[in-house]
Amino acid sequence: MFDFLVSFIPRAVVQGIPLLYGSTGEIVTEKSGNLNLGIPGVMYVGGICGVIGSFLYERSLADPSQMNAALGILIPLLCCLLGSLLMGLLYCFLTVTLRANQNVTGLAMTTFGVGVGNFFGGSLIKLTGADVPSIALSATSNLYRTRLPFAAGLGWFGQVFLSYGFLAYAAIIIAVLVSYVLNHTRMGLQLRAVGEDPATADAAGINITRYKFIATCAGCMIAGLGGLYYVMDYANGVWSNDAFGDRGWLAIALVIFTIWRPNVSIGASILFGGLYILYLFIPTGKDLAVKELYKMLPYVVTIVVLVFSSLRNKRENQPPESLGLPYFREER
Amino acid sequence: MEATQPAVRLRNISKSFGQVQANTDVSLDINRGEVLALLGENGSGKTTLMNMLSGIYFPDSGTIEIDGKPVVIGSPKDAFDYGIGMIHQHFKLVNVFTATENIVLGLKEPGKLDLDAAAEKVKQICDLYGFDVDPHQKVYDMSVSQKQTVEIVKLLYRGAEILILDEPTAVLTPQETEKLFAVLRNMRDDGKAVIIITHKLNEVKDISDRVVVLRKGSYVGELVTADATTQEMTNMMVGRQVSLNIDRPDPEMKYRMERISVKNLTVKNREGITKLDDVSFSIFTGEILGIAGISGSGQKELLEAIAGLQPVENGSIEYHVDDETTEQLIGMDPLKIAGMGVVLSFVPEDRLGMGLVGSMDITDNMMLRSFRNGPLPFTDRSEPRHLAELVVDELDVNTPGVATPVRRLSGGNVQKVLVGREIAAAPTVLLSAYAVRGLDVNSSYVIYDLLNRQKGNGVAVVYVGEDLDVLLELCDRILVLCGGKVSGIVDGRTTTKNEVGLMMTRLGGGEVA
Repeated sequence: MFDFLVSFIPRAVVQGIPLLYGSTGEIVTEKSGNLNLGIPGVMYVGGICGVIGSFLYERSLADPSQMNAALGILIPLLCCLLGSLLMGLLYCFLTVTLRANQNVTGLAMTTFGVGVGNFFGGSLIKLTGADVPSIALSATSNLYRTRLPFAAGLGWFGQVFLSYGFLAYAAIIIAVLVSYVLNHTRMGLQLRAVGEDPATADAAGINITRYKFIATCAGCMIAGLGGLYYVMDYANGVWSNDAFGDRGWLAIALVIFTIWRPNVSIGASILFGGLYILYLFIPTGKDLAVKELYKMLPYVVTIVVLVFSSLRNKRENQPPESLGLPYFREER
Repeated sequence: MEATQPAVRLRNISKSFGQVQANTDVSLDINRGEVLALLGENGSGKTTLMNMLSGIYFPDSGTIEIDGKPVVIGSPKDAFDYGIGMIHQHFKLVNVFTATENIVLGLKEPGKLDLDAAAEKVKQICDLYGFDVDPHQKVYDMSVSQKQTVEIVKLLYRGAEILILDEPTAVLTPQETEKLFAVLRNMRDDGKAVIIITHKLNEVKDISDRVVVLRKGSYVGELVTADATTQEMTNMMVGRQVSLNIDRPDPEMKYRMERISVKNLTVKNREGITKLDDVSFSIFTGEILGIAGISGSGQKELLEAIAGLQPVENGSIEYHVDDETTEQLIGMDPLKIAGMGVVLSFVPEDRLGMGLVGSMDITDNMMLRSFRNGPLPFTDRSEPRHLAELVVDELDVNTPGVATPVRRLSGGNVQKVLVGREIAAAPTVLLSAYAVRGLDVNSSYVIYDLLNRQKGNGVAVVYVGEDLDVLLELCDRILVLCGGKVSGIVDGRTTTKNEVGLMMTRLGGGEVA
């Protein structure tokens, strides 16, 4: 059992980190009253932008394995943040400035983001001229997957707690930080007020448009990092189209599961990550059909969670009151 | 008194929404140490004018001076900076926040957010003015009057010097109103400028020093309250002579029969809280039965139970078709209640929430009652359109046309459309809740008149109201609810305001526990 956990937990964690990024980003966004269903698309764009940056940088060098470590990390990171930021700005422009319907905009952004990812992914694959439909950015990936040098010597402790790249720890730090900001700072109080009741926040002198823009863009950038982590760390720098799957949707489900609390999301995303791969650890013999059933687990849990979460009565556990609604001060 | 500057000087303010001119060329002064009443009918632009002072709207033209200096108020934040604070009709409070969190919201105090220190300061303000607020209570747990108190404390916490209150008494009991007025007088004596928007004339007389009257968005004139009569103010407000007495024709005893008898009715809401507890009473034809009570005492549930919209825990509601036939309403589908000829016309508490669809036009809203008629799947639009035109015409609804979405109309006009439609259904029992909420004197009288006409036709009218003066003048009998129980049923002709007020707060008015 112990050995099972030592090998299972690290795999659950690496599965959970993209979900954690996605859900933290979506929580920040939703706290401002924006229901961004474009998160799967944003994560996709975050991933492909990192890939583009690192691809171009690796190609510009004679020997990628000798690359400058700082640049090797910074270029994909900045590209990813920039791409996600643009997606966030687009979403805000449509829903806050033009007051377009948030659900429609979000779904369109997901379709758009996946399309952008596959288009550029496909182009890059063509450029490399490889036989397999994927790009391998192993040099960059090695940088992202750098472990603490002494971790390997610490046995099970090192394996469970120290066997991850820096983006994994960053995800947890960001989640804790976001929790703190939301609940213990003036900025967080005001952000929550914007999502709960923009008319009240407005009357209190809070700039609604600014809060919605900043929260949504910050949320998108956090979520985009999830895409980057997935490609560079989890997938060892291998991009192939559509491989990211439906992790974006699971991240949105996590938001509801954790009742809008990023600190709870740390544990919950690892749990979901575990469910995502549990089928690999359950001996099913040659019966592949049963394996497929186990693959359903995260989705079944999501549905069950949605059912239970709709039964909750406590006012604090409800979604932000004005979630999904546009705000126009002179509306009457 | 020395020649002091007025605290606020508005000059030639105009504002329009699309084609509707809300304010035209309004000029007025607001002084410190004075309670100014802003009086006017619905849609006369009182709230719009004050919203421009508090930064919610921006004037199309005109200037605002504060302490003699011209200023631009572009946002609520600017208004705060000039010491202007407004308490809106719909409270601007975040429900899931505590009182303190709401109070410090939007403040730019230096340093870390310290809610404990803020709560301490809130307590000090409460002690100073005699408020009763628990700084750590969540807003959704508060009564209306508590929420209002939080709003006032919020303004004082920010050091507001100019306080605007938009119809603050609409939701208060007479006793709570007295308390509020005492606080307002305190603040006036403290040298603050207080503006109260209202259309209740007795309150104007009671609290204000000066009255400014608006009509159709324009400034009509002002009066010193002490020298003015109620009749004078009404005439200015309406623009012509108005009779201030509500008619109360005696019920026709000839045809009088019991129409509905409610016995031991108990209703629980979705959370399992008892909203109505063992309520029994009768409704007679040709009478207006008033229902009084602090808001949330079960009025809504009572009407909904009769209309078949509320599951009932226990008890019976009998509808007497004639002397022999009796129908049980409980458990019957609301549609079937209407289909059997048991027509209940219901004016829900929340105008846009339940009665009307905001984004549909007046004609379509009329159709909500008639679209099931006719054998074909096609609807008849011409009849509802005629009805819409009739309602607009008869009730003097201020709208560009019957094709205007209801959402765009001002509150009072929305109300008229709703009441007009319900009455047009020619009911035998007319249930109306807050039929004149937010309506000005003139439109209110149109509604009272309509209700009286229904009563004259032998309709059993139930009138849930919040203005005790009106209940006392309009209703034949008054049922007083207190916390979901019947506190008593009194004769509208002989009871007093004080008696009803006490029964609203204590079962049986305190005499019998």
